[in-house]
Amino acid sequence: MTAAPAGTPTVTASDLESFLYHEAGLLDSWRLEDWLELFLPDGTYEVPTTDAPDGSPESTLHFVADTMTVLKGRVNRLTSPDGYAESPHARTRRFISNVRLVEAEGDMVRLAANFMIARMKKGAQDLFIGHYDHRLKVAGNGELRFQRRRSILDLEALRPQRSVSIII
Amino acid sequence: MSGLSAPSGQPLIIDDAEAGVFRVNRAAYASEEVFEREQRALYDHCWLLLGHESEISRPGDFKTRTIALRPIILCRGDDGRVRAFINSCPHRGAELCRETEGNRSIFHCMYHSWTFRNTGEVHTVRAEEGYTGGFRREDFHLKQVPRLESYREFVFICFDPDAPDLVTYLGNAARYLDYLADQGGDGMEIVEGTQLYAARANWKLQMENVIDFYHTVPLHTSYFRFLESTGADISSGVGGAGYDLGNGHSAVHFKAGWGRPVARWEPRWGEAEKHRLEALRADIEARVGPQRAEMICDWDRNILVFPNLTVADVVALVVRVVNPIAPGMMEITQWCLAPKGEPEEARSRRLHAFNTFLGPGGFATPDDIEVFEGSQRAFGAHRELAWSDFSRGYHGEATRPETEVRSDYEGQTRAFYREWAARMGAIVSHRVDGALPREAAAE
Repeated sequence: MTAAPAGTPTVTASDLESFLYHEAGLLDSWRLEDWLELFLPDGTYEVPTTDAPDGSPESTLHFVADTMTVLKGRVNRLTSPDGYAESPHARTRRFISNVRLVEAEGDMVRLAANFMIARMKKGAQDLFIGHYDHRLKVAGNGELRFQRRRSILDLEALRPQRSVSIII
Repeated sequence: MSGLSAPSGQPLIIDDAEAGVFRVNRAAYASEEVFEREQRALYDHCWLLLGHESEISRPGDFKTRTIALRPIILCRGDDGRVRAFINSCPHRGAELCRETEGNRSIFHCMYHSWTFRNTGEVHTVRAEEGYTGGFRREDFHLKQVPRLESYREFVFICFDPDAPDLVTYLGNAARYLDYLADQGGDGMEIVEGTQLYAARANWKLQMENVIDFYHTVPLHTSYFRFLESTGADISSGVGGAGYDLGNGHSAVHFKAGWGRPVARWEPRWGEAEKHRLEALRADIEARVGPQRAEMICDWDRNILVFPNLTVADVVALVVRVVNPIAPGMMEITQWCLAPKGEPEEARSRRLHAFNTFLGPGGFATPDDIEVFEGSQRAFGAHRELAWSDFSRGYHGEATRPETEVRSDYEGQTRAFYREWAARMGAIVSHRVDGALPREAAAE
């Protein structure tokens, strides 16, 4: 870990945990407009495919590789009556654990965490299991913002999970 | 095979040319008996896409896949030939190759340590001296799928040793695979990253959907709204024409307002890309002539190759295989096909467009899946509400000039179901009277 320059706020694993728990609460209560506020203006949201979990969105097909423009469109869809896949939206519940601060350099931190997300709708219960590889920026007041929010599924395929129509 | 009807005794299809009525009995999506018949009548006899030669470019490269409920190894032998083997040890049945992909000359069975060359011959039989009498090594070569043929690097297999050759089977659809293959001067390749997903619904719902241009705007409004918000001009909609290509294959041509990574430029892509696409277009014209180049560059298209292959040649090039698992379950495998040697920036833009629109995390596919699954739940009531309708454009179809055939006229879907019914031996009623449930007939 590189020593932070003087004046850079320090972040503990506990800060990261609190941030992820707060985020999970926003997502499970479908407060998606508020959730968007957690991103930097050049943030990204990525979900690689199950057979190429380490691929870059520039050269590898993903399930999701949103720039902020696309992510805002995604949230618009998820909160609109004609975003049919999630209208009415599923019940979701997220469990986040094993939160680790992987790397810190200047005001950027990289975190790892595990997740389990249950999605319940129309008699189906789907479990999304995976891990996060996020890059966050620490603001002067200690607030964290996503530069890259990357959710890597440990599933072998979206079978029977069908789609990633929710934010995972 | 005796004529197959719905469990209610009704026909599976109504195809009344005089009345211009075409309907599919919803038991076709829900019945176990129909599903079993499909496996035997369609999947045991039709050519099925297994992969693309670019996925196994070096000798020894292999992929394992399940197709038509059979486990398959797709492999390029040390002799350079592409083969497909049943992924099971001929000795006692153990799964032979247990990785999804890799490169190897010899496949080793974990159970009794028999080994096999990647060209199929049995290599070692452990303690072979214990076998006497009628034992013959040649009885234990890897079992090849009866037929394997490539067309323009698309690798198809067929479980029927007596099926017509692939080019005959593809018929007019071959030309449409040419439109894809000719996009790259140095050939085409499957991009790394596969969208492996599923829907709890009958596979035919996905096949209908890809050539259903009646649904595109109403179901996918939210996607079109997003496109407009990014500056794309989609005021022209997705109009076009649908074609029955014969043998159950079909295509829909259209010109949407979005750019195409093969030489249809959008202003937001910038001047440098404009010049690159102009050069690309000139190259395609030089290779295939101006008429084909226009088809390749200016037209979007969705293609259905009977029974379970679809291609969307739109904002990106999507190759999709739909595998029936049970009456109410399909598995979908989706790849991005792209020209070899495409510049990084263009490849990145192609992938970005693919990810946004298409696939299980995109802005459109999850809504399609929502429709499929909701329909499937409702098909439990196929005895009460028996018919799904595909009659658009049927009345007057025989005398309509080709220039007036619209993409939302459903002739392409009727072509799919006519092939389906013929191969299935399904009972088809050519009169709408008497085939409908009482309450509908009374109206």
